[in-house]
Amino acid sequence: MSLLNVKNLSVSFVTRNGTVEAVRSVSLDVKENALTAIIGESGSGKSVLCYALLGLIPTPPGRIDGGEAWFEGQDLLTLSQRDLRRVRGSQIGMVFQDPMTSLNPFLRIGEQLTEPLLLHTQLSKKQAKTRAIELLEEVGLQAPEQAMQAYPFEFSGGMRQRVMIAMALINEPKLLIADEPTTALDATIQAQILDLIKSLQTRRGIGVLFISHDLAVVAEIADEILVMEKGNAVESGNARAVIERPQHDYTKKLLASIPSGSPRSYAPKPQTLVSVEGLKTWFYPHASKNPIRAVDDVSLAIQRGEVLGLVGESGSGKSTLGRSLLKLVSTTAGQIQFDGIDLSTINALELKTLRRRMQMIFQDPYSSLNPRMTVFDTLAEPLVLHNLVNRSDLSRAVRTLMDDVGLAPGFAKKYPHEFSGGQRQRIAIGRAIATKPDFVVADEPVSALDVTIQAQILTLLGDLKEEYGITMLFVSHDLAVIRQISDRVAVMYNGKLEEIGPTKAVFEQPESAYTRRLLEAIPGQQAEFG
Amino acid sequence: MLKFILLRVIQAIPVVLAVITVTFFLVRAAPGGPFDSEKAVLPEVKKALEAQYKLDEPLTDQYFGYLGDLADGDLGPSFKYPGRSVNEILASGLPVTAELGVYALCFALFIGVFAGVLAALRPNTQQDYVPMSLAMIGICMPSFLLGPLLILVFGIFLEWLPISGWGDLPGDKILPSVTLGSAYAAYIARLSRAGMLEILSQDYIRTARAKGASDPRVVFKHALRGGLIPVVAFLGPAFAGLLAGSFVVETIFQIPGLGRFYVQAAFNRDYTMILGTTVFLSVLIVAFNLISDVLAAWMDPRLRTQFGKAN
Repeated sequence: MSLLNVKNLSVSFVTRNGTVEAVRSVSLDVKENALTAIIGESGSGKSVLCYALLGLIPTPPGRIDGGEAWFEGQDLLTLSQRDLRRVRGSQIGMVFQDPMTSLNPFLRIGEQLTEPLLLHTQLSKKQAKTRAIELLEEVGLQAPEQAMQAYPFEFSGGMRQRVMIAMALINEPKLLIADEPTTALDATIQAQILDLIKSLQTRRGIGVLFISHDLAVVAEIADEILVMEKGNAVESGNARAVIERPQHDYTKKLLASIPSGSPRSYAPKPQTLVSVEGLKTWFYPHASKNPIRAVDDVSLAIQRGEVLGLVGESGSGKSTLGRSLLKLVSTTAGQIQFDGIDLSTINALELKTLRRRMQMIFQDPYSSLNPRMTVFDTLAEPLVLHNLVNRSDLSRAVRTLMDDVGLAPGFAKKYPHEFSGGQRQRIAIGRAIATKPDFVVADEPVSALDVTIQAQILTLLGDLKEEYGITMLFVSHDLAVIRQISDRVAVMYNGKLEEIGPTKAVFEQPESAYTRRLLEAIPGQQAEFG
Repeated sequence: MLKFILLRVIQAIPVVLAVITVTFFLVRAAPGGPFDSEKAVLPEVKKALEAQYKLDEPLTDQYFGYLGDLADGDLGPSFKYPGRSVNEILASGLPVTAELGVYALCFALFIGVFAGVLAALRPNTQQDYVPMSLAMIGICMPSFLLGPLLILVFGIFLEWLPISGWGDLPGDKILPSVTLGSAYAAYIARLSRAGMLEILSQDYIRTARAKGASDPRVVFKHALRGGLIPVVAFLGPAFAGLLAGSFVVETIFQIPGLGRFYVQAAFNRDYTMILGTTVFLSVLIVAFNLISDVLAAWMDPRLRTQFGKAN
C-alpha cells in the first residue's frame, strides 16, 4: 500500500543569480510499513524535496513548479498553510539532521515534547505529560521524568536525537521523515539511533522516509532506495537490488566512494619523530572543582613518515591529544618530544620556529578559514610569517602550492565562501603544508564532507604524504576512513589510550573490549557492496 | 549567582574610584572657579568663601577629604546654591529624571521591539524597509531637533499636547518621553531585528514549524525569548544613557530634572555638584549594566548553569 505518492515534483529557487532547479520532476513512492531512503550528496535536492512536501521551504526564494504529493487522500502541495499545519506534527513527523541545534535551547524538554500533543489533540497538559514520559521511555531515555525538566544543552547529541524522535512520533504519525538523523553522531551512537528508527518503524508499522548521504548507513535499514543527483532521481528500487546491481553510473560512483577499508601495508620505520610520555591535559571548568581529564596519562610514539590514525568518540579526548602535541592547548603533566626536542623546555621564540615544522588541519572547512582573506592571502600568510620565500617569489610559491592541492590557479583571488566544502578543505590543507612541515595533525579533516569528496581528500592527503614525506596524526571518529589511511591505529576512550597497533591487527584482532564494540558499530557490515 | 554579582560589584569599585579621581582633578584644572563672576568680588570676601568651602587647602587634602565625606554618603554642600547640599539637589531632581527615563524606556521598548520583530518577519520587503528607515532617521535625528519639531506639530499646529512642564497639565509628559526615547527605540528596533533574524534562521524554528505550530506561536513561543536577549543586554546602558542624557530634553521642555542641574553645575564650576552628579551617575550606570547582564543571563538557561544553579 502506498502511503505517500509523489509525482513529478519540481522545486526551484529564484535568486539574484538566476533560477536554480533543486528538484527536477522527481517521483517517489513511500509504502506503509517500510523504510524508503533517499540517497544523494549535498546539493542533490533530497532535503529540499522533503521540506517542499511539508511546506517548509521559504517561498520566495523557493518555488514549487509542479507535481503532486498524495498522502491520505489529499494532495499536500495544494493544501493551504492552515491545513498543512494540521498534517505537520500529527500525521507526518519529522526528525532533523543536527540534534544539537534542532531543539529550542530556551525551553525545557517537556515543554517541547508535549507541544505537538497540545497543538493537535484535546489532551490536557497532564495527560500530555504522561504520554511524553511513556514515549521517552520507548526511545530509550533513562530517567524520563527528570529529562522532562531538563534543558536540551544538558543532553548529549545521541540523547537529543532520541528526544527529537520521540517528539516526531508523539502524535503517532503514519509517516516519519528523517533528514540525515545520524550524520552528526558518533559511530556507536549512530548505530543505536539507526536501530531505534528501524525498530520503531517495524513495531508501529509506519512508513519512514529516510534521507542520507551515506550509502553504508542506508544499506543496513532501507527497504527501498531512491538515488538523487543534482535534482534528478537517477535510480530507484528495492534496496538490495540497487546496492548489488547498481544500474546508473552515479550509483556506482557512490558505492565505490565508500571508504574501502582495505588496510595499508605497514612498513615500520625505525625513527621516532614525536613521542609522548605520561601526557595529561586537564581542564578546569570554572563552575566545578573536578577537572575534566580530557587526556589522562597517554604515552605513545609516532614514527617518521607514518600515518597514525587516532580514533575515538566525541569526548574521548582525541582532538585534545592532537592539539596538545602541537602545544595549542597547555598540558597539565607529561613530556612531549618532537624530533628530540622536549617541547616543555623551549621558549616562545623557539616554539615559533618549530611551528613551521608542525601544522594542523581542522575539521570544519567552513569556519577555520578567515572569510575576509582570499585564497592567495590565506596560502601566502604562513610563507611570509616564517620568511620562507621572498616577496618576488611569493606568487609563484602560492601557485605551486595551489597546484599541489588541486586548486585551479584562477581561484587565487576568490574568498572562502565562494567554494564548496571539499575545495575549502583543499585550501586548508594547502595552508597546512605551505611550510613543508614534518608533522601534521589532521583533526577530522573529512567528516564534514560528502563521501565522494571525502575519497578525493583522502587520496590527496595520501599523495602529499608520499610526496613530502609528512608524518601525520589523523584524528577521526570514522573507522572506515581511519582504516583506509592509517599505517597504525590508536584507540582512545575517556582520555586514556585503549590500544595501539598496526591497522590490520587492530581491525582484525582487537585487544580491548571497547575497540570491539566500536568495530561492531560500523554501518554496512551486513550488506555486501558490489 | 550571588558570587557572580558580588564579584561584579567588587570589580566596579576601582571603576567608580577612577571616575571620581579623574573628575575631581579635571574640574579643578579647568580655568576659573566657583566664586569667579562678572561682578568683582572683594578679595577678602572671596578668601573667606574659599576658606568656608575648604578651597584654600592643598589639593590632595581636599581630595582625601572629599573621599572621606563620600564614604559617609555626604556629597558636600553646593557652591552655587548656598545652604543646599548636593544630596538634597540630587534627591529633588532624580525622581523627575528617573520618571522621564522610565517612560522613555517603555516607549522605546514597545516601539522598538514591535518594529524590529515586524521587520524580521519579512526581511527585505516593505515591512522591513519602512520601519528600518524610520529607525535610521530616529538614530540620526538629535533630540534638540526632534523635540522642537514635535512641539511644533503636536503642540502648536494640532494643539493636542502641552509644550512644556512636567506634571502640571494632563499629557505634558508625553512629548518629552517620546523625544527622549525615540533614539533608543531606533536602536532597540535594529537590535531586535538582528536578534530575531538570527533566531528565526535557527534549526529549532524549523522544528517548531514541523510540529505544526502557527506563525504567531513560532514567533512568540519559540523565537522571541532568544531574539530579545541582545535587547535586554542593551537595556542597562540604555537606561543609564537616558538618565545622563536627559538634560537636552529637560531644557527643551522646562523640566526640573537632574540633567539641567548637571549642565548648570559645569558652567558654574560648582565643583561638588559636578562631582556628586558624576559619581552618582557612574554608580547608576555600573548598577544598570550589572542588572541587565544578570537578566540576559537569566533568560538563557545555557548561561544560567554557569552561575552554578541549574533550573
